[in-house]
Amino acid sequence: MAILEVRDISKSFDGEKIINQISIQLHEGEIVSLLGVSGGGKTTLFNIIAGLSRPETGSVWLDGEEITGRPGNVSYMLQKDLLLSYRTILDNVSLPLIVRGMKKKEAREKARIYFEQFGLTGTEKKYPAQLSGGMKQRAALLRTYLFSEKVALLDEPFSALDMMTKQSIHGWYLGVMEKIKLSTLFITHDIDEAILLSDRIYLLTGKPGQITKEIVIKERKPRRGDFPLTEEFLMYKREILSHLEGKNVDERDVL
Amino acid sequence: MKRKLPNITGKIWSCSAIVFVLIIWQIVSTIGLVDRFMLPSPIDVVQAFLGEFPTLMKHSVITLSEAFIGLGLGILLGFVMAVLMDAFDGLYKAFYPLMILTQTVPTVAIAPLLVLWFGYEMTPKVVLIVIVTFFPIAVGLLNGFKSIDHDEVHLLRAMGAGRMQIFCYIKFPSALSQFFAGLRISVSYAVVGAVISEWLGGFGGLGVYMTRVKQAFSFDKMFAVIFLISLISLVLMKGVDLLQKKCMPWEKENGL
Repeated sequence: MAILEVRDISKSFDGEKIINQISIQLHEGEIVSLLGVSGGGKTTLFNIIAGLSRPETGSVWLDGEEITGRPGNVSYMLQKDLLLSYRTILDNVSLPLIVRGMKKKEAREKARIYFEQFGLTGTEKKYPAQLSGGMKQRAALLRTYLFSEKVALLDEPFSALDMMTKQSIHGWYLGVMEKIKLSTLFITHDIDEAILLSDRIYLLTGKPGQITKEIVIKERKPRRGDFPLTEEFLMYKREILSHLEGKNVDERDVL
Repeated sequence: MKRKLPNITGKIWSCSAIVFVLIIWQIVSTIGLVDRFMLPSPIDVVQAFLGEFPTLMKHSVITLSEAFIGLGLGILLGFVMAVLMDAFDGLYKAFYPLMILTQTVPTVAIAPLLVLWFGYEMTPKVVLIVIVTFFPIAVGLLNGFKSIDHDEVHLLRAMGAGRMQIFCYIKFPSALSQFFAGLRISVSYAVVGAVISEWLGGFGGLGVYMTRVKQAFSFDKMFAVIFLISLISLVLMKGVDLLQKKCMPWEKENGL
């Protein structure tokens, strides 16, 4: 059974349909990407799964329990790190625990354990402004994980980073995910990123946005460092590109 | 190291300007350009200050306690108003214009009325100070509450945070720097407000002292008390700065 299931979700704004009949399944420990153009309704879908807004039709299920329109169950992370500038990194990442009612000291103790695993050792007492963009996203991911160990939604989390930082954070991300096995729904418009990180990819195309294809990336994990340079990788990429072309999507929007 | 240098040179400039003005003043008064009785020299003022020191301190205590009580209540009122007006849009629309209106009425104009209503004791002074100090606090906090990042609020909501938690973890800390900007203004208003209301009647305080020395034409003592009042304001404003540094340690770190 899927840990997160999205069933037939549709939503309109001002009479215009943004997403139509979207169904997604996420299994335990899986990283699944939702690949589509910017402004294609990905963020709308995200807000619905996070419980921040309600769909017109359809429902969201977590571990067999309906959570449609109920925040506080799945965590999410955005392109903006959203670390609060007046809290230290330790206090930022322990915030979800405190919000859930844990004592401040206890929350700090629990959060501190993960700093090494997330490559954040030494940043505990620093403020967000003192960290690089890549480090801030690491801290944001740890906060996301402490919020929910079950399912995380990542909305283009690395797209604001420069290429070099992005490359190294991809390696870091896969390493961390090997250890914590967090089931993740990953939104991106970057085809390479989707192939590199995911077990499966849903392609979201058209207006209103619909899921028109599902691709399974069979490459075993942990992935080799040169996976993006292999023939298999290019095959996946060709498959995605030709599908998007068939759907009349300008390639430049996606890359 | 590099950052410190401009700071020190800045201080040298302002200090020498003050010394320069004092020297000119001393000369003007010593050579009798202006009658010594009308414009006492800086040295006369210092002598008057030292001679009157115990009396000045006694009156300062009264003025300061009025200022602090008024300021404390003003902060409380400003805070409550800002929180309510932020939480309920109707209240904001209803009371914001009224709040602006209270600030267009000159302090000096309402002070006599307050004396008539509340007498010569502490009450009219405290009421006046509350009226002048709550405004910068309320406006500062309101602006701060409005300037929050809505994505941060969404994130906390997604974590399952309630209104109270969103206030404590996002709204209030985001508004802190605006609050302190308002407090800096309010502190000096509080001292000035206390002095003005004492002019109009009372049994003690620096304002009362001022009216007494005025009637005796003691210009040196007038100057002494004027300097004391601005010194008190300066010290209090500096105190607010220190408090802000203490309450907002991330400002310093982020400045690095």
